[in-house]
Amino acid sequence: MKKNEVPQDDSPLKKHKSNELVYAIDDDGKFVSVQSSGWEPKTIIQNQNLEVLNQRVQEALNDVTSGKVSPIVYYMELNRMDWQTLAAYMEQWTFFVKRHAKPSVFNKLSTRKLQKYADIFGISIDELRNFKG
Amino acid sequence: MQLDFNHQQSAHCENGAIVNLLNNKGFKITEPMAFGLGSGLFFVYLPFLKVNHAPAVSYRPLPGVIFNRMAKRLGIKVKRFKFSNPAKAQQKLDENLKNNIPTGLVVGVYHLNYFPDEYRFHFNAHNIVVFGKEENRYLISDPVLDYTVSLTEEELEKVRYAKGALAPKGHLYYPIAVPQNIDLTNAIKKAIKKTCNDMLAPMPIVGVKGMRMVAKAILKWHKKLGVAKANYNLVNLVRMQEEIGTGGGGFRFIYAAFLQEAGEYLNNAQLMQLSKEMALIGDKWRDFAVEASRVYKKRSNTENVYQVLSNRLMELADLEETFFKKLKKAV
Repeated sequence: MKKNEVPQDDSPLKKHKSNELVYAIDDDGKFVSVQSSGWEPKTIIQNQNLEVLNQRVQEALNDVTSGKVSPIVYYMELNRMDWQTLAAYMEQWTFFVKRHAKPSVFNKLSTRKLQKYADIFGISIDELRNFKG
Repeated sequence: MQLDFNHQQSAHCENGAIVNLLNNKGFKITEPMAFGLGSGLFFVYLPFLKVNHAPAVSYRPLPGVIFNRMAKRLGIKVKRFKFSNPAKAQQKLDENLKNNIPTGLVVGVYHLNYFPDEYRFHFNAHNIVVFGKEENRYLISDPVLDYTVSLTEEELEKVRYAKGALAPKGHLYYPIAVPQNIDLTNAIKKAIKKTCNDMLAPMPIVGVKGMRMVAKAILKWHKKLGVAKANYNLVNLVRMQEEIGTGGGGFRFIYAAFLQEAGEYLNNAQLMQLSKEMALIGDKWRDFAVEASRVYKKRSNTENVYQVLSNRLMELADLEETFFKKLKKAV
């Protein structure tokens, strides 16, 4: 990539008034670092990724409202976690955390456990118990 | 309190933290040189390990490895600590700042509120340097930004104690001794050999063989998992390549810059020539990303698209195999 080929496209970074550094070749054939405001293909990929994640959140929301799973699944997706990550934050084995996704098990959870979930998701215990989406 | 610290933006976080910490110790080194000496170029495909619901692909060695290798090759001594108790972790950091030591931290990205939403994932191996504290706000030099930022005590604790894969556990590090007059000759040769051996490793998931395995997998994803899942895996492959620490394409350019610098240092014309070749391979990696992004832009989901992508990756693997064989003989 030549110095004048370094992409300066619109991107999430540009919106954030930020940029990234890339290495490119200048006219004398020497490598130099150049700031880039973003690159369209990368932005497309990032948007596509967020779209998929939003779909997951939507699906989780539907499953919670129809009573298939507990609100934990929705907040897990909302926080971009998977079971392993959530279990690590809960300091429990994945097996137990997955069980909490069952509404019947979830309803019997102690206040202490619920509080721990609420803290991880940055919400109140009430939002977990009386889920409104 | 603010330490005398010179923040410099870099392309990749780990190199950036190294460069900034060492510059501060009076040892001037460029990012490409740090990256090259740490043998930062790598490829590994772990189909059985899922990250963000897609098979894991990494274009770099494990976090911390780049710095450790480089430090070892140059005789730089680095202190590293992890703490099970967050209060102790903060205490040690405060102590360091009081003793005028800018300190590198390994942190999780998700809770770093100064990043755009598109970059915030549960990735626990980001590197930052703390260089001061004012009114309970830590002054942060994040190597990938071109300005400095600050975080409160609570915010910093949250990112230092991010959980999940590669949990940093309050990991902090700083160089304690840098030898005078370092001769890079042997370090460069060793580092290049290591990279060549990694990329040519006789293991199916590592280096060029790993790339070929991914190339074959791209075709299978489509048939086995359906279009949606195949595309999602592809998204992650390219995101790892271009976003997280500018893995694939970006790394090739940093490595090419390293080869140029190494060629000048060793007076080796062949390395200079290979630097140019590496830059061309970097361009091809970028073409691969462009091709992949077309899958979403035009919504063309024919099998043909996957075949094209697979072929491109195969071609890249072939190019790199020839390249690293030549590079190995050049030093």
